[in-house]
This record gives sequence, structure tokens and C-alpha cells, in this order.
Amino acid sequence: MSMKRRTFLKGTFATGVLSVAVGTGLLKPSDVLAAWPESAFSSKDMDAALSALGASGASDSSNIKIKAPDIAENGAVVPITISTNISGVNAISVLVEKNPQPLAASFELGSNLDGYVSTRIKMGKTSNVIAVVQAGGKSYKAKKMVKVTIGGCGG
Amino acid sequence: MAKNSIKIKAKVKGEKTEVKALIKHNMETGLRKNKKTGEKIPAHFIKEVKCEHNGKTIFTANWGIAVSKNPYLSFKFTGGKKGDTIAISWVDNKGDTDSRSTKVR
Repeated sequence: MSMKRRTFLKGTFATGVLSVAVGTGLLKPSDVLAAWPESAFSSKDMDAALSALGASGASDSSNIKIKAPDIAENGAVVPITISTNISGVNAISVLVEKNPQPLAASFELGSNLDGYVSTRIKMGKTSNVIAVVQAGGKSYKAKKMVKVTIGGCGG
Repeated sequence: MAKNSIKIKAKVKGEKTEVKALIKHNMETGLRKNKKTGEKIPAHFIKEVKCEHNGKTIFTANWGIAVSKNPYLSFKFTGGKKGDTIAISWVDNKGDTDSRSTKVR
């Protein structure tokens, strides 16, 4: 599988910030093909976010595990681990259904990567956390309800 | 840009190499208000994290404002061995950057 940045989005691409990074030599111009998925991150509901990610038809999969606390004491720091046995994963995305902008993070995985990613996200309130896995041109999803006692979006 | 904001642990476990990174960054959402002035604190968050194994990009994280402050990141891959180089770099919405590399243990 090509190591070039993949464009798995149908939305528009941000360019401004990355021109600075290119100038510093940190990101080489050839790397800046699939830029930050602006329209996916600014989507205000799940359907729009999934569509911007190119994952509108994602089918529910029992092969995606979401490890997250049942109750998050602090919504500002909720540890999330997504793992899957689906082969050929090229992207894993994490969405919080009830956040004002559901897409929290999207990871692009090279061909030798396990279908596994772990991070910590902010949740505004009790909500489903949805994991979207993209592999071999198809999309899959799973969800887990996480209760939040103190919201973490800081609004 | 030696900010020393990135800590990386990269360890071989059987056939897999596990990478864990902790990045020091406020990840300001832009939604919080300064309690004294009432003004919104501007958004300042990492947008992209790139991870290279022996110079080849193998993993990229695209982040929004909902990634926690001082973000944590972990992933695993096949084909790594002790002594290999793992390099992690990030770019935020203001164009700030930092990078760090380490050897796989």
C-alpha cells in the first residue's frame, strides 16, 4: 500500500496552516496531499461528519472494540482505545455523538499498523462514543455509551 | 524548534512494536472564556501528528479541539526492531511545531 497521504475525504482541504509547516521543512510538500480534514472536523452532527469522512454507509461491526470508562469523572480527559481485527485498516476515527462537533480525531494507518489506537478525548456530556474503521474501501462502526459527570468542553 | 514537548516510548513486544507518546500542549478549544475579561481564549490545538519509522511515515493523527490537553497517543505496528528510529512531529493551528525522535527498545 502506498505510503502517500491518502485522501479519504470528499470535503474541502485546509491549506493555510500547513504552508507554514512546509516552510519549516517539517512537512515536506509531497506529504501535504491529504491535508487536515476541515469539513469533517467542523461538521455539527454525526451524519455530516461521517459523510465528510467518506464513511456514510458505515455498517455496524462487532469486530470493533471500544475501551472507555462506563462513567468518566472528568469529561476533559476520557481515555479511549479502539481495536479491531478487520484487516487492511487504513483509517480509524473517533466521534462523540453529543459534542458540538462530533469528530474528535481521525487516524491514518500505514499497511503495517495494527488496527489499534489509543488516546484521550474531551466529552461535553454523556454520549455515545463512536469508532469508525475504514478498510479496503469499506467503512464499519461501533459505539459505546460513556456517562460524563463533569463536562469537558469548557464552554 | 526544540520545545521538548514530546515524550516517546517505543518498545518491541514479540512481533509488534508499541509506540506511546505524550505531548505537552494546552489543546485550547477556543470555547473557554477568560474569567476576568470575559473574552474567549483563542483556540490553540495540535492539528496533525506525524509518526515515522526509520524515516517512513507510518501513522498520522488528525486532531480537533476535542482531544484532551497534554494529549496521549499510542499505536502498534509490525516490522520494527530494537534500535530502529521512531520520530514524532506535530503542527498546531497557529503553525507552531515540535518534533522528537527516539530508538526502539
